[in-house]
Amino acid sequence: MKKAFLSVASFFILMTITNESCARSGNDTTITQTGTVKPDADNAGLKLPGGFGALKVTDGLGEARHIAVTSKGDIYVKLSALKNGKSIYFLHDANGDGKTETKTGFGNYIGTGIAIKNGYLYASSNTEVFRYKLDANGKVTNPDKPEKIVTGLLDRHQHESKSITLDNDGNIYVNIGAYSNICQEKDRVKASPGRKPCPILDSAGGIWQFKADKLNQTYGDDTRYATGLRNVVGLDWNTTTNSLFVMQHGRDQLQDYTDLYSMKEAVELPAECMYELHKGADCGWPYIYYDGIQHKKILNPEYGGDGKKTGGENALDPVVAFPAHIAPNGLLFYTGNMFPEKYKNGAFVAFHGSWNRAPEPQKGYFVAFVPFKDGKPSGDWEVFADNFAGEENVQPGTAKHRPCGLAQGPDGSLYVSDDAGGVIYRIIYTGK
Amino acid sequence: MKKITISLFFITSLTIFLFAQTSKPSVENGKKLYEQYCLTCHQADGSGVPKMNPPLIKTSYVSGDKKKLVQWVLRGSTESIPIDGKTYSNNMPPQDYLKDEEIADILTYVRSSFGNKASAITATEVKSIRAVTK
Repeated sequence: MKKAFLSVASFFILMTITNESCARSGNDTTITQTGTVKPDADNAGLKLPGGFGALKVTDGLGEARHIAVTSKGDIYVKLSALKNGKSIYFLHDANGDGKTETKTGFGNYIGTGIAIKNGYLYASSNTEVFRYKLDANGKVTNPDKPEKIVTGLLDRHQHESKSITLDNDGNIYVNIGAYSNICQEKDRVKASPGRKPCPILDSAGGIWQFKADKLNQTYGDDTRYATGLRNVVGLDWNTTTNSLFVMQHGRDQLQDYTDLYSMKEAVELPAECMYELHKGADCGWPYIYYDGIQHKKILNPEYGGDGKKTGGENALDPVVAFPAHIAPNGLLFYTGNMFPEKYKNGAFVAFHGSWNRAPEPQKGYFVAFVPFKDGKPSGDWEVFADNFAGEENVQPGTAKHRPCGLAQGPDGSLYVSDDAGGVIYRIIYTGK
Repeated sequence: MKKITISLFFITSLTIFLFAQTSKPSVENGKKLYEQYCLTCHQADGSGVPKMNPPLIKTSYVSGDKKKLVQWVLRGSTESIPIDGKTYSNNMPPQDYLKDEEIADILTYVRSSFGNKASAITATEVKSIRAVTK
């Protein structure tokens, strides 16, 4: 009996030691990976949950849209305005302090999308998608001679950005935004009726799927993967569910079509929605919008709606509904090990911030978080990183910083790009 | 004869007076109309939305040629026409349903607000520009 007791006791002691050493080595790994990366004294001006810190990796990049981080921790940034004649910047941190000392520019096409997959860097203009071969260190080998993967996509200057993401089966997904607010006969004109069927949907207003390794594809070589999406800027492939998630920019100006909606109501409608897409999905634009207050798909007034009539019986319901007009521009499912367990596999969403809530106060200009479990949201969304705008009574024209793109570093750091001030932020968990 | 001259003088004066009254743009009314028709996109302080809706602060379009500005309001815009080197993606609906006086009031308000110091635009000017605008 005594022997048995000793065995059991020693087993538990051993277990405890093993656990502790695991935990310690886990922490050690984290510390080693972040090197001497420390948050800025003011956390780069951001408000973060306890235990998190932030630093400015670099600034002055101008319109920094989406970003991708290599396995070595270097950063590629896609710009929507040329900086010194270049549209992609490679940022390298030589001394491991988290601040990048060197910026190398290449490419001369403005745009939003950038992603790394299987040894290639993919980047988009507003009409095309290119790719560059990466070497073992994640550096582009052919900066002046990329391969053209997709060409000839519609750019009618409204919702023109072509965001991209890739799955694990050799496909690339490209957003082609609708060049319209709500597919009226005359865009944004009061009392101009909605067109049904909406002719825009044949070549825009959805997500298109192309092969990641085939050259010069265009409409015809494509698959329209999902439709009824007004404009998507933030999108990510979720490796837990093995499916595509997107954030839609909901319609503007509900108050402008009829007098059915007061300004106050229009400010709070419709919800900015996260959708999980499978091939053939239809999210209902332009016929319906999602009302996050009634939790219903409501017929748009341009199509006979009155604010109560429901519609879109075959249209998808959103996975998450956020407040109206706050402009989701980045989506990232977090798979890193640096952040506490609650964040694992959850979604970070970068909200660029509203303009269509005027004359009411603007909203957004933050990075939100949605916890996920088994591929579904497991709790309410919350503001994760706030105060990018750096001003009270924030205005889109004067906000100092606007979150746009998101990326995860090899150590689990979260990177956020800002297309107003050209800052790249790095958010780390220190536990302090 | 004298009587007729006096009457004519009086009538002429009255006409000029009334004309001046009706064509004098009202900044106060312009502000009210701006809030109703323009503020959603161009914002309360005229700062606009980067890349989407142009600002109305000290731009060459707002403070420059009256005809170009009035025509922009009447026609709207569905193209990415650069404004001081920057382009904006949202379409602007034509505002040709507004009366000459309303456009005059709005533009006079805009041209004298948000740090702008450009001259007033009268309803008569809007009327004559509208007449040559397709």
